[in-house]
Amino acid sequence: MTNGLTHIPVATAPQTRKDFTSDQEVRWCPGCGDYVILSTFQGMLADLGLARENTVVISGIGCSSRFPYYVDCYGMHSIHGRATAIATGVAAAREDLNVWVVTGDGDALSIGGNHLIHALRRNVNLTILLFNNRIYGLTKGQYSPTSEIGKLTKSSPYGSLDNPFDPVALALGAGATFVARAVDSDRVMLSEVMKQAAQHQGAALIEIYQNCPIFNDEAFDALKGPEAAESLIKLVDGEPVKFGADDRLCVVRGDYGLEIVETAGADPERIVVHDAARPDPTQAFALAQLTDHGVLHRAPVGIFRDVDRPAYDFELRAQVAAAKAENPRAALSAAMRGGASWEIA
Amino acid sequence: MAETRSLDRVVIRFAGDSGDGMQLTGDRFTAESASLGNDIATLPNFPAEIRAPQGTLPGVSSFQVHFAEYDIVTPGDRPDVLIAMNPAALKANLKDLPEGGVIIVDQGDFTKRNLAKVGWNSDPLTDGTLDKWKVHALDLSGLAVAAAKPFGLGRKDASRTKNMFALGLLCWLYSRERKGTIDFLKTKFANKPEIRDANIAAFNAGHAYGETAEIFEHRYTISPAPMPAGRYRQVTGNLATAYGLMAGADLAGLQLFLGSYPITPASDILHELSRRKDVGVVTFQAEDEIAGISAAIGASWAGNLGVTTTSGPGMALKMEALGLALMTELPLVVVNVQRAGPSTGMPTKTEQADLLQALMGRHGEAPVPVLAAQSPADCFDTAVEACRIALKYRTPVIVLTDGYLANGAEPWRIPDLDAMEPIDPGFATEPNAAKPDGSPAFHPYVRDENLARAFAIPGTPGLEHRIGGLEKNATTGAISYDPANHEAMIRTRAEKVAGIVRDVPDLEVHDPSGKARVLVLGWGSTYGPITAAARRVRLAGREVATVHLRHLNPMPANLGDILRGYERIIVPEMNLGQLAFVLRAQYLVDVQSYSRVRGLPISIAELEEHLTAEIDALEDK
Repeated sequence: MTNGLTHIPVATAPQTRKDFTSDQEVRWCPGCGDYVILSTFQGMLADLGLARENTVVISGIGCSSRFPYYVDCYGMHSIHGRATAIATGVAAAREDLNVWVVTGDGDALSIGGNHLIHALRRNVNLTILLFNNRIYGLTKGQYSPTSEIGKLTKSSPYGSLDNPFDPVALALGAGATFVARAVDSDRVMLSEVMKQAAQHQGAALIEIYQNCPIFNDEAFDALKGPEAAESLIKLVDGEPVKFGADDRLCVVRGDYGLEIVETAGADPERIVVHDAARPDPTQAFALAQLTDHGVLHRAPVGIFRDVDRPAYDFELRAQVAAAKAENPRAALSAAMRGGASWEIA
Repeated sequence: MAETRSLDRVVIRFAGDSGDGMQLTGDRFTAESASLGNDIATLPNFPAEIRAPQGTLPGVSSFQVHFAEYDIVTPGDRPDVLIAMNPAALKANLKDLPEGGVIIVDQGDFTKRNLAKVGWNSDPLTDGTLDKWKVHALDLSGLAVAAAKPFGLGRKDASRTKNMFALGLLCWLYSRERKGTIDFLKTKFANKPEIRDANIAAFNAGHAYGETAEIFEHRYTISPAPMPAGRYRQVTGNLATAYGLMAGADLAGLQLFLGSYPITPASDILHELSRRKDVGVVTFQAEDEIAGISAAIGASWAGNLGVTTTSGPGMALKMEALGLALMTELPLVVVNVQRAGPSTGMPTKTEQADLLQALMGRHGEAPVPVLAAQSPADCFDTAVEACRIALKYRTPVIVLTDGYLANGAEPWRIPDLDAMEPIDPGFATEPNAAKPDGSPAFHPYVRDENLARAFAIPGTPGLEHRIGGLEKNATTGAISYDPANHEAMIRTRAEKVAGIVRDVPDLEVHDPSGKARVLVLGWGSTYGPITAAARRVRLAGREVATVHLRHLNPMPANLGDILRGYERIIVPEMNLGQLAFVLRAQYLVDVQSYSRVRGLPISIAELEEHLTAEIDALEDK
């Protein structure tokens, strides 16, 4: 697999989480899932061992988008929905930067939906952390593009009418080459998925289920605590997809798409074996369909897809490098003289 | 043998169906005229439809060229000669032709069916419609087919060479060389020998026809115009803008990054820059206008020179991101090739109605330097200056051109890049502050003598910091909601942009006699029509002063004094008086707006008439 970090300078000394902690006071609500994501991210960066000055975090607008202020590297807190587009420019301009986008369900999927799908289809070498709390937090509690139908909020007192997006399915549909999902409370898995996403060459999207204790508390409770074993379908590359206590449930190929059945009665031949590197995204998409669209009681987590495809910015640079004249100023002068010029004495 | 006469200037308009190759024909004629040393100005006019139905009025495409033995400033209001390849082209352009003008038509195309397509029940060539003009009705199609047929082409393909036959005839009539066009055809059709030979044959046949057919009483020459020494080429505004952006980045030693979304009439800048990978330009055709400017902001932050190019509707979409560039104080050049609006308006037609949008179109107190080019070649200098200001002051800069400049062309003295002043991007490499514990720190809003902030690009060790759209503490760069700090930052940003006036040269008023009481003040592409109209006014024995603004924000330091020095100030604009509005507000001077918003350049003749009346009214007082 091609490594997306090939051109990033490595740190000259070992780093710790503290090296990536800025002097700014973190200001999210008490109990917000963002805290654990932040500390996991900072620790993961230290583990990656890349030069701090070559790490860039770009965000849009929303609660999660305060993130760059708290990470001691280069950062930009930009405007609503545009972080992916700005990051595309950064990645295109410089091959030596490790580019991260921090965004939320409103920022990435509503106002910035267009930039998200295009960054994914182009396969720009950047990693997108999509904090999905299924609600608008910063604007104080309106339904978001991932809220379940019928959501009661200030802007939907009679219940929201919109069918929600599944960010994983959307990303797969847009042709993303790396798509994963993790839950904020599982630091180990989150850290591992982030590391693999960073190393992926091209656009990587991680949907992170993030609890908003103020406006959408307990949205992911069914995926946490004692119930988690029955509700989280952990995708492990090369392994049959089984879950529940003692793997009592499994995912099998049905006549149309995938089905969940008791493992005991399942035909072993039909049990799905997870293969993230499959060039065809059909199976990954079918796995994504096992996610509840309403209140969450079941969701697959882990890396859905991780395939090799040339990154847009690498190819862009290669095109310029191949055509660039030894003396660009002379090339510009020649272009300016044009095909037909004349001398006036 | 026709007698040769000398003329000082001629305006020719080539008009035909959009498939007739009129742009190419006009372009070739221009090239031959330029190489003879005439001064030239050209203006293409084409339908918005890619291929409108053949032979209909919406399908007419034209190309006007003005060439002269003196310095000219516009493609001319009205043609002296109209070449019409079909009835639609004749009908669409007839109203522009002054009485006594010359018409050359392709009689072969004046069939009953083609006449009916444009609503003519009888043939204008014979029914007296054209009595006011000097008409030469020739069977251009038939003559071209006869010349081209021996090369194995069918009648349809052979008749397509009629534009070259017409071009040959015009080259004879105006004593132009033939070699350039023959070389051009050899290169263009190198892989299609029969098409190449047929076109060359038609071209030569047209020339020979003029020589032998004895239908023209005279043949004309136009002497070379006196121009400063140097190497020249023809350039359109869009091409000159592209060269200027590349030159600006080159002078700063930075990679040029263009983030853009295709839009008429700005796309040719994207096209040219996309071709110029040999110069090292990176172009990104974004998913939309917003992504175009956003990616350019990202590239600028990463140490490239970020640029975005667009037209009115796209400009509207970019405004929020422009605010971010202003707030983060990053260099950025935004080119708005203005077109007729509002909304989709008339995309292929020109206008200057985005001035107030450029000056004031953002929310919050958001000053942005604004420059406007006055002629196609001037787009180069304007673009270079925009890059210089953007990098020196760390600010987005708006460049206004328009459809008339973008597609119009004139001779351009090719500048020597080695002789131009380099630009220092001045990236920070060292800490500029200390943390409370005394360790070194980098504060991004520490400013230099020009109030430009310290700018460290990602990858610079030890200077890691965060920027963003939220208001920042003037010293530390941390988020700040402090009322006094906000006001201080707003005033500082305004002062920074206002301070650019130190780099803006004083205006020089053109007032040859020094006795004018009326001043004409313009900006942007009205330079040509204003200059031409003022010349005519002076030739008629009246006094008039002219001055032209390139810097719309900040305006030159001596503008106020100039405005107060004349009894009457007239501001011609292709809008409803936007600059006049600003001048009145800023200088408390009662300037008079002269407005025309027809999607066309201001008419020289109409402006001349208006100025004459104004001057005479003042004299009568």
